[in-house]
Amino acid sequence: MEKTWNNKAWFMVLPVLVLVAFSAVIPLMTVVNYSVQDTFGNNEFFWAGTDWFMDVLESDRFWDALTRNLIFSAIILAIEIPLGIVIALNMPKKGIGVPICLVLMALPLLIPWNVVGTIWQVFGRVDIGLLGRTLAALGINYNYVQNPIDAWVTLIVMDVWHWTSLVVLLCYAGLVSIPDAYYQAAKIDGASRWSVFRYIQLPKMKRVLLIAFLLRFMDSFMIYTEPFVVTGGGPGNSTTFLSIDLVKMAIGQFDLGPAAALSIIYFLIILLLSWIFYTVMTTSDAQG
Amino acid sequence: MARINLEHIRHAYGAKPKSEADYALKEVHHEWNDGGAYALLGPSGCGKTTLLNIISGLINPSEGRILFDGTDVTHLTTQHRNIAQVFQFPVIYDTMTVYDNLAFPLRNRHVPEAEVDRRVKEIIDMIGLGGWAKKTARGLTADQKQKISLGRGLVRSDVSAILFDEPLTVIDPEMKWVLRSQIKRLHKQFGFTMVYVTHDQTEALTFADKVVVMYDGQIVQIGTPAELFERPRHTFVGYFIGSPGMNVLPAEIEGNRAAVGEQSIALSFQPKVKAGAKTELGIRPEFISLGREGMPVAITKVEDIGRHKVVRARFADRPISIIVDEDGEIPAEPRVSFDPKAINIYADSWRVGEEA
Repeated sequence: MEKTWNNKAWFMVLPVLVLVAFSAVIPLMTVVNYSVQDTFGNNEFFWAGTDWFMDVLESDRFWDALTRNLIFSAIILAIEIPLGIVIALNMPKKGIGVPICLVLMALPLLIPWNVVGTIWQVFGRVDIGLLGRTLAALGINYNYVQNPIDAWVTLIVMDVWHWTSLVVLLCYAGLVSIPDAYYQAAKIDGASRWSVFRYIQLPKMKRVLLIAFLLRFMDSFMIYTEPFVVTGGGPGNSTTFLSIDLVKMAIGQFDLGPAAALSIIYFLIILLLSWIFYTVMTTSDAQG
Repeated sequence: MARINLEHIRHAYGAKPKSEADYALKEVHHEWNDGGAYALLGPSGCGKTTLLNIISGLINPSEGRILFDGTDVTHLTTQHRNIAQVFQFPVIYDTMTVYDNLAFPLRNRHVPEAEVDRRVKEIIDMIGLGGWAKKTARGLTADQKQKISLGRGLVRSDVSAILFDEPLTVIDPEMKWVLRSQIKRLHKQFGFTMVYVTHDQTEALTFADKVVVMYDGQIVQIGTPAELFERPRHTFVGYFIGSPGMNVLPAEIEGNRAAVGEQSIALSFQPKVKAGAKTELGIRPEFISLGREGMPVAITKVEDIGRHKVVRARFADRPISIIVDEDGEIPAEPRVSFDPKAINIYADSWRVGEEA
């Protein structure tokens, strides 16, 4: 049978294509353009080939920042996913508690990133912040401006505070979709609390957990605003993530070529890692 | 295997029941004999599932006690009651294999693995999923999944009782018959007490030694299929059991005669009816004979349903059904007579006996 082509469909999607071209493809191509050329202003460009890419890949600065990103994402995923599951399991299933919990959970998600950063920046200050003063009063030497460990702890606690809710809400949505009959059957079968979690709740949450995992990985890997506001990448370079480094390079030093090359590498890493996670998690799902 | 006593059980889903109407289950006081096969029959929403869940411990009754072999288990959890229950819709653990699904209730109770294997293999053959043992339960069809649910209920041979909550609803008719007879066979073999909820009267009548008919949160009659058919205690049982149901006609009782419209019908006994009660006469379509003798009727419709015909007619301005043999003739001027022995008299919907 011959396939019928309906050319009218193209007119329907054309506006979107144009919009996407302007909003995504053209800026992206500009970046590609910068990444393979050198310019000294005056709108003069010289072909640079893969030089900028080699420069970026050979610099310690890039690898250090990338390592920090990976460690940061690993830590917050290791905390937020299990914590989110535990909170979701303990949320009320019916009654007045449900809306209260849901609103409380949604609150951190509604606060803009830079406001979250500012809140924690002030909260943690040793001179005026509640957290900083309290810890000092308890005799704990905490100073996120000078101590790299303290800076990291602050960023991680802040991210957990800000984003665990997302995992909770997704898991909760998965949990409430389980019919009561499953819990009743588990009781009849004499299943332990752990078995109920392992064989009923976890399988039902698997899909939403995959989404939660990917969202939290991508977001945390791209983190910029909060560390920029709280630590500005310091002390030293201890919290300089790829995104912060990129902005320093592009706007601080005006090295457009290397910055463009770094942008593309950064984008490809996120794309690659997300694809790997997605593939691994969905194939294990199909086999399991 | 156990004798189950329900002592003055009542249940309301609301927190503070004020009137009788707030109770989903009105007072139930009943003994289920050890090894008995009971069918719990009634329309949707009559409290069948509530009663079942109270026996298995999924619901704590608002009032009353439950005894297993004389021991009070009212406050024991489901796990400690040693009861199996099969639900209306399939519940499977879809990350496990079919085999592991069936082994799950046994392994949770730390049954030795050799015994688990023996039991699971027996059940898996019975439900006809032998070839699927090593496959995950996820990809199965709805009726295969329900067979697994059924299998998980039957796999424990030492249970006090097995409760079935309309388990064959999603199974197709041919398989229904096979599974029903297999359940019956297992019941004979192991002698567990069996309570089987259904709203299908043929299922109830073929399955059980005793049928418990529920209506509006209470048990209206417990009896053998024959008792339910011949002596329905409540007009509801009359309607609900039988196809078509019993004819119930408003009647005035005068001594040992009942007046329906202008007709006076002889009774085989003298019912004692309290003054002011709403009295009715009930007679099954099987016990009305159609011929040239008796009281006049007007036939409205004849339905041929195979081995017999159902004649719909108007008698004393009321619709009645009459069952006539396949080759029975329908006269031009039809008249009916009622078998006096098959007539039941009801006062306010409850049957009135001779002695009452």
